[in-house]
Amino acid sequence: MQVIAKSRPVASPPKAAGHLVRDGAGLVLILAAGAAGYWLFPDNLALLTRVIAIALLVLSLDLLVGYCGVASLGQATLFGAGAYAAGMACLRGVTEPMTLIAIGAVAGACAGLVMGTIMLRAHGLAQLVLSIAIVQLAHEAANKASAYTGGSDGLAGFSPSPLFGTFEFDLWGRTAYLFGLGLLVLVFIALKFVVASPFGVLCRGIKEDPVRIRSMGAFVFPVLLKMFVISGAVAGMGGALAAISTQVVGLDSVSFELSANSLVMLVLGGLGSLYGALIGTVIFMGFEHVVSAINPFHWMTMVGALLIAVVLVAPGGLGGLVSRLRPRLRGRNGEQP
Amino acid sequence: MQTVFSIAIDAFAYGMALFIICIGLSLTMGLMRVINLAHGAFAMIAGYIASYAQRELGTGYAVAILLAILGTIAISIPLERLLYRRIYGSPQLTQVLMTIGITFCVIGITNFFFGPTLKTIPLPAALSTPVDLGFRTVAGHRLFVMACGVIVAGGLWFLIEKTAFGIKLRATVDNAGMADALGIKTQVVYAISFAIAMGLAAFGGVVAAEFLPIEPYYALRYMVTFLVVVSVGGAGSIPGALLACLVLGAIDTTGRYLMPDFGNFFFYAAVIAIVCVFPRGFLGRAQ
Repeated sequence: MQVIAKSRPVASPPKAAGHLVRDGAGLVLILAAGAAGYWLFPDNLALLTRVIAIALLVLSLDLLVGYCGVASLGQATLFGAGAYAAGMACLRGVTEPMTLIAIGAVAGACAGLVMGTIMLRAHGLAQLVLSIAIVQLAHEAANKASAYTGGSDGLAGFSPSPLFGTFEFDLWGRTAYLFGLGLLVLVFIALKFVVASPFGVLCRGIKEDPVRIRSMGAFVFPVLLKMFVISGAVAGMGGALAAISTQVVGLDSVSFELSANSLVMLVLGGLGSLYGALIGTVIFMGFEHVVSAINPFHWMTMVGALLIAVVLVAPGGLGGLVSRLRPRLRGRNGEQP
Repeated sequence: MQTVFSIAIDAFAYGMALFIICIGLSLTMGLMRVINLAHGAFAMIAGYIASYAQRELGTGYAVAILLAILGTIAISIPLERLLYRRIYGSPQLTQVLMTIGITFCVIGITNFFFGPTLKTIPLPAALSTPVDLGFRTVAGHRLFVMACGVIVAGGLWFLIEKTAFGIKLRATVDNAGMADALGIKTQVVYAISFAIAMGLAAFGGVVAAEFLPIEPYYALRYMVTFLVVVSVGGAGSIPGALLACLVLGAIDTTGRYLMPDFGNFFFYAAVIAIVCVFPRGFLGRAQ
């Protein structure tokens, strides 16, 4: 990992053009995959919308783990904050979907601010444990405050108004899916700019060597906290999307299981590249849908084996595997990344 | 007064039960630097073996415990050689993922073989009857768990501080390369300490089954609890783990007695407070 980052200096102009082409192609691919999902699985659009919402969560986790080196097993806190905020706002009369997404983003960002303030006090294992403790605490709090959150029954009974005043959220979830896809693409573009900005590069520097960055005169804590807030906003949007599309917010949206699963998806797809987050989410949730319908315990065995295999064989995840193989396929032209 | 006494007894017994399981994890994390989230999975395997031995084979409680410990160690040794050995010294995230993977596999496989039901481990008559202490009666099992905890703590302290193996272990931990150069077989030391840790997990899993019932998702449900307890105590420190288990056990039990609807709320609130004040745990060493 260190080697990759060191051999990838600040992008030089000709390379930047190449990046632009590659990102354009990536966006086209995402849109094509989204459209394919729309036409191929018209009966499973609810599941696909769920995939998009979780993809936002995994993207947000990638910002922290892949770009800042802050390991978190509590990312669902931010997702759940967005989901509950959107759900509660909708129950109280704010039903415009775009506003709800914005509310989710703000709630997630606030949760990210709090979580970052607590988590960044510690390092390494203690940080990981703090993230777990935060998500468990949030889970208990959501369970306890049943007057606001519905407790273990979940928050239900709200219905968002039509998108832009015309597109109803129908039973088949077409509107929700296309809405989610649009949101995902917008967020993805925005995040591409964020991670390529000087701020994003600074984050990556902190991941590699915080001591050196500090001695260069940068302040580590505010930079990481800023990334926490951005990450919270993204996760919150994911939560709000899940709330809007399913019109119910369950306690499982602030659970350790969801946090751990999102980390697994991220690692499966590959850390430190936004594409990896998307690939991992789609593969994980696709397999989960198929296998756990047969037997949930087979599913656990399979995920476990897959995780062990990824750690041993492909430490960069499936996305990393692709970029490792690509130069070989390209022959002598391709340079080692 | 009655309530205070029973809370105290339950808290102490629960803390000791936690301690027996967690001290093994504390050893792997502090001495071998492996964040073994699959620790609970080994305790679960032991619980399944003990339950199977008692209910299907008809053995006694003591024999079941022995079988569970031996069986778990027998399963853990190949895993150590094949999987764990590759992640010694890896980044923490790698270790976390690998051991979560092992946990998932263990859950899936055990439930495939034994079925997704709650497994009970019947107590012998001697432990299930209340014991009269003169001024109070206490469940025999509680006393048994406390005694086990004290014995485990004392035994481990003796092993690490007073025996030749303990000296080799500490030398390996402080500087593996130098210990290797001095003729200590560090690989063997690691393998033995891993086996000891797993044996303790197995013992704890069976003995503490009254507090932490053996069920299909045991390994996942208590994974967090064990990890939290160890990091609060400070990885690798026996007194630290003991202190953490007693403090967190007391907080958890008291919270559940007095305010049952709050569930784990106080436990995790205490964890956040403690980790913020002691980032390395109560008695953890600077790294």
